Parts: sequence; structure tokens; C-alpha cells
Amino acid sequence: MIINCPICGPREAAEYSYIGDATRVRPEADNIDLNSWSDYVHQRQNPRGNHHEHWQHSGACRSILCVTRDTLSHAISGVKLVGPYSEDTK
Amino acid sequence: MSGFRLHNKGILINKDAPIQFSFDGKKMNGFKGDTLASALLANGQTLVGRSFKYHRPRGIYSAGPEEPNALVSLRQQGRHEPNTVATGIELYDGLIANSQNAWPSLNFDVMAAIQIFSPFLIAGFYYKTFMGTGQRFWHFCEHFIRRAAGMGKAGLEADPDRYEKANIFSDIVIIGGGCAGLIAARTAVQSGAKILLVDENPELGGASLEEEATIEGINTADWIAETINHLAKNNNVTLMRRTSVYGYFDDNILGAVERVSDHKIEPENNQPRQRHLKIFAKRVIIATGTIERPLVFAGNDLPGIMLANAALRYAHRYGVAVGKNVAIFTNNDDGYQTAIQLKKLGVNVTTIIDARTHTNFTLDGIKSITGHVVTSAKGSKYIKQIDIAPYDHSDHSIGDIQSLEVDSLLISGGYTPMINLTSQTGTPAIFNEEIQSFIPGPPNRAWQACGALIGAFELEECLNTAIEAAQNSQKLLGLKVSPVKPVTVSGANLKAIPFALTEIPCLQTSAKKFIDFQHDVTVNDLQIAHREGFRSVEHLKRYTTLGMAADQGKTSNMNALAIMAQLRGISIPEAGTTRFRAPYKPVALGTLAGRYIGNHFSPLRRTPMHDWHIEHGAEMIEAGLWHRPRVYKKSGETVTDAYIREAAAVRKTVGIVDVTSLGKIDVQGPDAAEFLNRIYANAFLKVDVGKARYGVMLREDGYMFDDGTSWRLSPTQFLMTTTTANAATVLSHMEQLLNIDWPSLKVHVSSISDQWAAMAVAGPDSRNVLQKIITDIVLSEEGCPFMAVRHGHIGQIPIILARLSFSGERAYEVYTGSHHGTAVWSAIIEAGQQFDISPYGTEALGTLRIEKGHISGPELDGRTTMGDVGFGRMASTKKSYIGSVLKQRPGLNDPDRLSMVGLISTDHKAIMAGSYMLDGDQNIGHVTSTTYSPVLKKYIALALIKQGDDRLGEDLCAVFPLEDEKNNVQVVDPHFYDKEGAQLYV
Ligand SMILES: [Zn+2]
Repeated sequence: MIINCPICGPREAAEYSYIGDATRVRPEADNIDLNSWSDYVHQRQNPRGNHHEHWQHSGACRSILCVTRDTLSHAISGVKLVGPYSEDTK
Repeated sequence: MSGFRLHNKGILINKDAPIQFSFDGKKMNGFKGDTLASALLANGQTLVGRSFKYHRPRGIYSAGPEEPNALVSLRQQGRHEPNTVATGIELYDGLIANSQNAWPSLNFDVMAAIQIFSPFLIAGFYYKTFMGTGQRFWHFCEHFIRRAAGMGKAGLEADPDRYEKANIFSDIVIIGGGCAGLIAARTAVQSGAKILLVDENPELGGASLEEEATIEGINTADWIAETINHLAKNNNVTLMRRTSVYGYFDDNILGAVERVSDHKIEPENNQPRQRHLKIFAKRVIIATGTIERPLVFAGNDLPGIMLANAALRYAHRYGVAVGKNVAIFTNNDDGYQTAIQLKKLGVNVTTIIDARTHTNFTLDGIKSITGHVVTSAKGSKYIKQIDIAPYDHSDHSIGDIQSLEVDSLLISGGYTPMINLTSQTGTPAIFNEEIQSFIPGPPNRAWQACGALIGAFELEECLNTAIEAAQNSQKLLGLKVSPVKPVTVSGANLKAIPFALTEIPCLQTSAKKFIDFQHDVTVNDLQIAHREGFRSVEHLKRYTTLGMAADQGKTSNMNALAIMAQLRGISIPEAGTTRFRAPYKPVALGTLAGRYIGNHFSPLRRTPMHDWHIEHGAEMIEAGLWHRPRVYKKSGETVTDAYIREAAAVRKTVGIVDVTSLGKIDVQGPDAAEFLNRIYANAFLKVDVGKARYGVMLREDGYMFDDGTSWRLSPTQFLMTTTTANAATVLSHMEQLLNIDWPSLKVHVSSISDQWAAMAVAGPDSRNVLQKIITDIVLSEEGCPFMAVRHGHIGQIPIILARLSFSGERAYEVYTGSHHGTAVWSAIIEAGQQFDISPYGTEALGTLRIEKGHISGPELDGRTTMGDVGFGRMASTKKSYIGSVLKQRPGLNDPDRLSMVGLISTDHKAIMAGSYMLDGDQNIGHVTSTTYSPVLKKYIALALIKQGDDRLGEDLCAVFPLEDEKNNVQVVDPHFYDKEGAQLYV
């Protein structure tokens, strides 16, 4: 599998580490409800088809990416930089 | 014992180059160009192995990678390789091969008696006998079963040869170097594209080597040679022989193995034995062709029974006749074509048994019996006789049986496309009625199949589909496509259109009809599975283990599907097929490992002071990838003597320990303090510049994650230390939080573990030592109080000094650039001479921290909470931090949880780490860390036990059943030494 890192270019999956589901949203800091935190930490969807996932280019630039991957075909339809330098944050 | 060499035949062998080899210790002769299989046949070796379950005699069944029977152990000592397929081994002088799964000998195998028990070895035997209450019975039987059922044994010696890895990038990769692959390459070469053609055989040409047709006006053999020559002249084409593509992975990455030296007695000229190739292909053309299909009748596994086109290959390529009295059993015209060619080559084909009622072929000197089937093959170690009978197509009944004497029976059941690679891509196979087999469905990725693989069996059609595939690939790559005239072929073999035959009836009901030869799966097994409700292809495959052997059922899958469909009364496409997985062919682990073995697999990390440690008698120990001094032994000392001496020296005067392996992370930015405050469970906002603070990190789920100190170097910079084990994990954890969850925090983190050398100087004299060599830091109690962090120099070398203590004594951590590590270390050692400074290793480090009740790796095992280790009150209640909510979960605050206590052995003997803690016969916890305490002169330990806090003073028992150890211990406060911390200020 090849992931196209926005910083480094297309690189093989072995250079990356899988982090996890990119769709879950961290509860606000002042949220002290056990259930919302438990859901955030433990509950995951296992969608068939397109899924948004966080990957880190840990063997190279270390940037964290949001990868849109089809869980059936492994086809990657999008890679976005996550974090302070991402398009979304700007 | 019927094979022999034909006169002046064999296009691939060189009769002027004789070769000696041995099989089961017997000296045999062959020629250069032979495969082990062809040479064995030429030497009359019909019997080559025993079968997996029943130890039935087996012979060579094919001439290619589909071979299910002829598995041998090749070579010896470190080069020994079990389960190699004799049909794929090129013969070399001095080759040593041995048969497998036979004891005491191939000819007389005791285990063959197992056939008597064969009713017990049917489908589902293991599940029925050993599941549930059978588990204990399995443990009893396992040894015997494993010995009886099996393949070759793996060698125990290290392989002296080298394996390599390479990456190849290509525009068009063509898999299969038969006529289709060759013409695809010839078509695409004009575009200038980078082309790679791979074939698993040593020679290109594939099945077409047996074609007697005329292509573009010249005969097939010359056409093949000319095309190869033409391709070899082009710089943009690479032809790779002896290279098997075993896997088709995501993004058009192919896995392949190049057998660089397997055809030699040992690798020459520093070549590797095998090379693993990762091929990155823009487009792939798959031209993997077909294999011939067996027919299923009683005793169809006897040695002397072989696929018809394999017999033709042995005669044509290697000049070997498989027998003297040969019959062919067919259900299609190809059986006749093969018979005619064999006859021409001098093989005595006497009879054709044709299941069809009619054929257009007329044969000279070969008796053709149409409308008949072979119902049974007979013989003990090889075939001697066949029973044939008229076959009624309407009700599948058979008529009167007559017998024929033969020494070979060739099977021609039609051709099965090798869809293994296309199936691996996830493309569903589609059933082609005409050829009664599956072909690749529409491509889901950048590949295209062509040739016989898609059912284009006739040579002209085969070649033209390949041209089309090449042109289409060029077009899709945006390359120029020159017009190519369709190829004309005359005199080619007719398309083999098989008459659908599943299992052939037989009067003798106990006779075994094999489908999967390698795993000994019979028609009976499929019937049982069907009766027991295993209907889906996937279930049936797993229940019977059909197609799950090393050959992936290359010869068995189609017949199995046909029989399953028949049992269910549905069509083959309705029954469906399973998806093939990589590897198409077994791949040696050594090839996958390549050069990543030994220290190249797991590299060593050495601290800058490594050489000093070795020179001064350090015995090293592995801590993750790091090598750290365990103890510095003096002559005559044991490890225990040494660490006791070292720890005592620290308490008495001063010691120095290398702590470079701790993780070090540079945290910078205006929000650095805010960030640390969110990831540590204790408060971090108000750490003054020039101060360090001990912090504990939790995971999101509330359990303890890591601990260490963070030093505030400036308002916007912290130097964070982590445990050795978690250095990388903590960094990723922080990067994730900063990028995913808190992108608005202005903080940047980088690993600086490799940039700094670190050492701790500990003991009552530590200040006196450092005072001698540090002039620019005031080391007085006011100038450098506990937890102070100072910049300074030792000589000219810049250092950071932090007054921290893991040992409980007055202590300083000295950090300096890695390149200065040894200089600073040596300067401290020299300054410490007058105080008897003692370097100490990880053992003494452990002793000192256990005496102080400080936690470390064994206590931070991922299951402990802050409350468990006595840090309950340290966690902030005023802020939100990682894990602050989920640590409130009831389970993490259960009064019955394990909590940390100290233990003292009342038996005065060492407590074993990992011991169970017993209260009477109740298991109430376990021992985490143990040592001998020089201060207490007692064996002590830390342990996690239920209601630990309430058990102080109790007498318990620590047991270690693995070594039958039992130790009476008393529960004490885990702070064995100087609980008030007075020593920090001595
Ligand atoms: Zn990158």
C-alpha cells in the first residue's frame, strides 16, 4: 500500500504507523461525563467502505495525516495533513 | 520402475554434460538441463514420497509448480530445505535429495499401516475428536499425530547463504514468459515503456514449447528464440527467469522471489541464494496460462499416474519416457493431440480411454476406446492395471468392467487457468462453461489478463489477446501505440474443450478417490462435510483442509468445486469459489528476512560511554535495544557481589551511573507549560525556570502510562525525560495530541534522546566530587537546592546539571552533548577518585530504587493506577488532564485492587520476581521487583497485593511454582530506607 504524504510524496505503508479512527471527537476538557469519555476511548465504528484514519509518517517527516481509505479495497482516495499546518486549521 | 531415457530427444538437456546426484542415498545420473523430477523419472524412480495423512505411496504427478506429490528435502546441513517441489528443482552435479514422511524407508513405510485407521482420519476428525472435552486427549495424542502427519523437517543449523531484497519500478510488468507474455513484451517495447517480463522457469516459452505450429511463417521454437533475441536487444526490457511472482498486493505492488543460485551447488561470486523483489508496477499484464486438470477415480493417486501434458514435457524437453506401456484417460481432444506427439517422440502409447462418445481424431497404432472411463487404478507401490467400463452419460452409471495392463496412466481432464494472482487482487473469478473452469473477472486494478489464462487456448487467439493487452496497457499509461497486425498461426493444437466429468463411479465403495493429493482429501471427505452441513465453499475448505496445503490446491480446486456443486445439486458458478491468497508458491522465511537477521534485525544502541564501560569490566545487559552496564565486576566477584558492593558505595560515598538510555524530549513553545499541565496528572503550570518536577502521565483510559522529570530551561522550553522503554511511545503520544486534539497549542516536540549523554552522580560525596570540577554553578544548598536545574561547564564542556535523586541519596544528573559524554564521565571519575567513586550498573540502580520504594518498569505494567502505587494524592483534582475522567471509573477505585507494598524475606533468601503472593491458599497478587538490600542486610521486594495498605506486618508466602520456590515474607511499608528523605540533604 502506498500513502502519498503531503510533505514527502508517495511512500510505502511500512514507513507509516497506524494511529486510529479519525472520526472520533475528543470530549471538551470540562466534560466530566464518564460515558462520553468511555465512548471516545473505547467505541469504534467498523465501516465497510470509506473510512477516515489517522496515520503518522513515523519513519520520515513524522507528520500526522488523515487518510481516507476504503476498507474493502484498501484504495486511498485522500490524504490530508492534520495539525497546526493543515489546510483546515488555517 | 518404468521410466527411461529416449534416444536423441530432449530439447533442454545437454547429453554431453552428465550429472551425478543422489536420491535417498542412491547415486543416480542425469544431464545438465534436467529437473530433479525428469532425472528421477529417467532413473526409473516412480515412487518419490509418502502422502501427508495416509502415508500412501506417491509419484511425480506433474511437470510444473502445481506438483502436489513430489516434495523432497533438498541439500544438507545449513542448506537443508524441506518440502521443495522436485518438478521445479534444476539438477546440478552433487545434488542431494531425500524423500519425506516415510519411515524407516520410502519403500517400506510403517506408517502406511495408518490406512487401516483411515475411517478415523476423515474430514473433521480433529474437530470431532479433540474439541471441548477432547482437549486433554489432544495433548496426549499430539506427539503421535504430528509425527505421523507431516511434511519434511526444518533444519536446525544456520543457513550459510545470503538473501537479498531489491525494489524494481516498471511501467509494464508481464507475468509469464510463454508465447503470450513474449508477444505482449514485443508489442509494448516500441512505446519505449520500461518493461519487466518475469517467468518462474529457467527457460522462456512456457507451454508453447510443445506447440508444433507455425507463427508468422516460422515454427514455434524458432519464433520463441527470435522473439527473446529481439527483446534482449532492447534496453527498456528486462527479462527475468527463475523468478516467481507470489503475491499481488495493494497499489500494484508485486512480491516476487528470484532464485539466483538455487540451480547451483552453492552460490558463486558473492551472489545471494535468493532475492526478494518488490515490484512497483504501473500496469501489469498477467499471462500465467493454465495447468492440466486431474480426473477423479478410485486409486487415482498411484505412482505411475500423471498429467498427460506433463508426460509430453518430460519426453519433449528432457527426453524421458514415463513408461513402456502407456494409456491415456481423457475427456477432451487434447488427450489425442498429446498421444500423437508422445508417439512421435517414441513413447509407447497403446490406448486412449475417452469418456466422450465421439471424437474426430483417428490414430495410427493407438487403440481409442470412446464412451469409457477408468473406474479404478490398481497396484501396490505403482500402477499395474486399470479397470475400464462403459459410461452412461444420462445416469452416470457404468457398465461391465474390463482390465488393462499398463505401467503408466496419463490424465487429461481439460485445462484450468491459473487465476491465483488475479484472484489475489480481489477480482471475483467468472465461470467459463466451454472450458469448464474459472477465468479472471473484469480487472479492479491496473492489470489485464490475456492468453490461455482468459480461456484463449488456441495459439492464434492466445497471441492476439496478448497484443491487445499490451496495446491497451500502453494506451492507459498515455504511451504511443503503434498499429500492430494481428498474428497468424497455422497448424496449432485445437482448443481442449472438456466434457464435464466429476467423480467417476466405482463398484468398490471403500476405494479412495483423491481430490487434494497433498492433503489427502478424498471424495468421501467432501461427502461427509456435505452431510454434516458444511455447504459453503469457505466452510467446506476449512473443514476438510482441501486446498490448504503448500500447493494451494492447484490441481484440486476445480474438481472439488465440481463435486461440491454436484452434491448440492447446483451449478459450479452457483457454488462459487474461494479467493486465493499470497503466496502463490511457498516463500522461504530467509528470503523474506533478507539481510535483516542477527544484529541487522535488532540493532544495538550504545551509549557514548560504552567503550569506557567495557574497558572497566562492565558486564552488559540488554534494555530494549540499549546495551547498558549491569555490574562492573571486580576479579572473583559474582553479579550479586558486585551490585551489593556498588549499591553500598553509593550509600556510603559516591557512585556514578550511565542513564543515557532514558528518553529525552525537547518541548518548546509559548504553550509548553500548558501542554505539560494537560498531559501530566500532577500540576505543571507553576514550575519555575531552573526547576525540575517529577510527573506521572496517564493513558486516556486512566491507567498509568509513564513517569519522569521535566526540567524548565526557559519560560518556553522544557526538557522532558521518559523511561527507557516508553521513549518512542511518549513522543508519538505527544505528537498526536498536538496535531489531532490541540492544534491551537503553540508547542513543538522533538526527540533529543540521541543528542544527549546522561549520567547520575549519587551519594553523600556527590557534591564534593562535582565541586572540584564545576566552577560556574554554586552547589550550595541555596545555590542548587533539591530539584534545581543549572547550566554550567566541566572544563570547557557545557553541561546541564539537575539535582534529582532516584537512589534516595544526594544526587545530581549531569547532561552533556553525546560527543562529550566520555570526557565528562572521565572527568567525574577522576575527580571522584579521592572519594572512592564507584561506577554502578542497572542492578545497583535497581537495588537503590527498590530500597526507596520508587516505581519503575515492573510496577508500571499498564495495569496499575496511581492509587495502586501510592500516588493517589499526587494526582491533581483541580485540572483536566489526560485520563482525569476515566481514572474515576469504579473499577479503577475498587478497594479490592492490588496495591504496592514492600516485602522482607523472613527465610533470608532471595525472593523471585514474578512470584505469586499467597494468603493461605488465596492468590492475592504478585512480586514485581526484588533485590538484596545492603542497607537492611535482607532480601527485599516490591509487590502488588490486594488490600496491601491494610496488610502491613502480615506474614504471607511468595511462591514460584516454575522452580518450586517458596519464600515466607513479611509485608512492610515499601519505603524501606530513609522514608523522610533526610539523605537527600546530607
Ligand atoms: Zn512525510
